[in-house]
Amino acid sequence: MAGECVQFLGFWASPSALRVVWALKLKGIDYEHIEEDLLNKSPLLLKYNPVHKKVPVLVHNGKPVAESLIIVEYIDEVWKQNPLLPQDPYERAKARFWVKFADEKVVPDMVSTFMKTGEEKEKAAKAARECLKTLESGLEEGKQFFGGEAIGFVDIAVGWIGIWARIVEKLKDVSLVDEETMPLLHAWLQNFLEVPIIKECIPPWDKLLQHNKGYLVKLTPDST
Amino acid sequence: MAEEVKLFGACGSPFSSRIQVALKLKGISYEYIEEDLTNKSPLLLKYNPIHKKIPVLLHNGKSIVESLVILEYIDETWKANPILPEDPYDRATARFWAKYIDEKCVAAAGKAFWAKEKEREKAVEEAWDCLKTLEGALKDKKFAGGETLGLVDIAANFIAFWLRSFQEIFGVELLTEEKFPDLFKWSEEYVEHPIIKEYLPSRDELIVFLNKRLQNLK
Repeated sequence: MAGECVQFLGFWASPSALRVVWALKLKGIDYEHIEEDLLNKSPLLLKYNPVHKKVPVLVHNGKPVAESLIIVEYIDEVWKQNPLLPQDPYERAKARFWVKFADEKVVPDMVSTFMKTGEEKEKAAKAARECLKTLESGLEEGKQFFGGEAIGFVDIAVGWIGIWARIVEKLKDVSLVDEETMPLLHAWLQNFLEVPIIKECIPPWDKLLQHNKGYLVKLTPDST
Repeated sequence: MAEEVKLFGACGSPFSSRIQVALKLKGISYEYIEEDLTNKSPLLLKYNPIHKKIPVLLHNGKSIVESLVILEYIDETWKANPILPEDPYDRATARFWAKYIDEKCVAAAGKAFWAKEKEREKAVEEAWDCLKTLEGALKDKKFAGGETLGLVDIAANFIAFWLRSFQEIFGVELLTEEKFPDLFKWSEEYVEHPIIKEYLPSRDELIVFLNKRLQNLK
C-alpha cells in the first residue's frame, strides 16, 4: 500500500518480538527493523511504549502499538492477506484462550524450571510438562498446526515457547516437550520450526543458548 | 434463531459482573447460574475444566471462558452496541488498557491488600504507580466512554468499585481523591451508570464473596 510506514522495535533474543516478526513475515509486510539495546533503551522506545518501556513495539504510520499479542491481532486486522485468526467467533475465542493459557500458565512454570535447581527444578519441570500436556489438547489430530492447515495466531504465540523449551531442556537437563507423553505437541514443534519462513527468523541456536546461559550464570554464580 | 445463552457467575466477582454488563448492553437474554465458589458445580467443572473458574459463557452448548475473551466473543457474535471500536488502532489501544488493568492493576491491588505488614509499603507504592498510569490514560481519553460503555470501561469495573470497596474493608488506601482526583471522580460517576449499577454487589454480598475467596485460598 502506498505511503505505509511500518517500523518494528525489537531485540534479537526477545521471544515476544519474534512473534511479531513471524506475523510480519507471514503477511509479507515491508518494515524497518530497529534493534533495541535493552540495557540502553532508546528515546524512541521510551516514547512509543512509555507504560511498559519494552519491546516489541510496532509503529504504523507513526502510531505505536505495544504488547506482542495485541500487535499480532492489529496486524491481522489491518493486513487481510494470510489471516492469522480464524473467522468464526468461537474459534477466535478458543485461539485467544490458548495464547492466554500459554503465557499465563506454561511460561511461568518454564521460567521456574529455568531458574531453579535440584528438586525444585524437577518439581517445576513436572508442572511445566502438565501445562504443556494441556496445551497439546488445543491441537487437532490430523492438523499440522494449531491454526489447522495453515499457521495461525496460536502457532505464532506458542512457537517461541517451543524454542525456549528446547533451550531450557538443554541447559537444565530436563524434559519438557516430551515425545512419548506429548506426541502431538512434539510433532507440531518439529514441523513448525522447520517451516522456512519461521525458521529463517529464529536467531542461531548457539547464539540463543549462549544468551540464555548468560542469565543462568547471573542467577547461580557458583554453577559451572 | 433459538439462541441458548447461559452465564455461570458469582455474585461479588468483578469478572462475572463484566459479562452481565456486556450482555445487558447488547440486549441479550440469558440464564444466569450462580456458582458457589467453595463448592463448584459439576457443570462448571465440565465447561471450564482447565481453570475451573467463573465466568463461563455457554452459547448453544459451546463454552467460552476468561472474561476479556468472553467480552470479545460477545462483541463479535452480537453486533448491536459495539464494545470495541471499529478502527484497528483504536481496538489495539482498547485491548492494551484492558490488559493493563487485569495484568497490572488488579494484580498490584491484590498484592497491596493481601500483603504482610513488612511488604505492604512496597506493594502499595506499586499499586499507586498503576493508578497513576490509569489516571494518565483517563486524561488521554483512553476510557470513560460517557454514555456508551466500551471494553476498557467494562474492564475498569474492578478499579471503580471493587478496589474502592476492598480498600475500605482492608484499611489500605489506594484510590483516594487526593492522590488521583480524575480517577476518583470517574469512579464516582461510573458506579452510578444505570447498567453498571445493576450488576454491582451490595457490601454484604462483597463480604460473603471475600470470605469464600479466603476459604479457597487456605
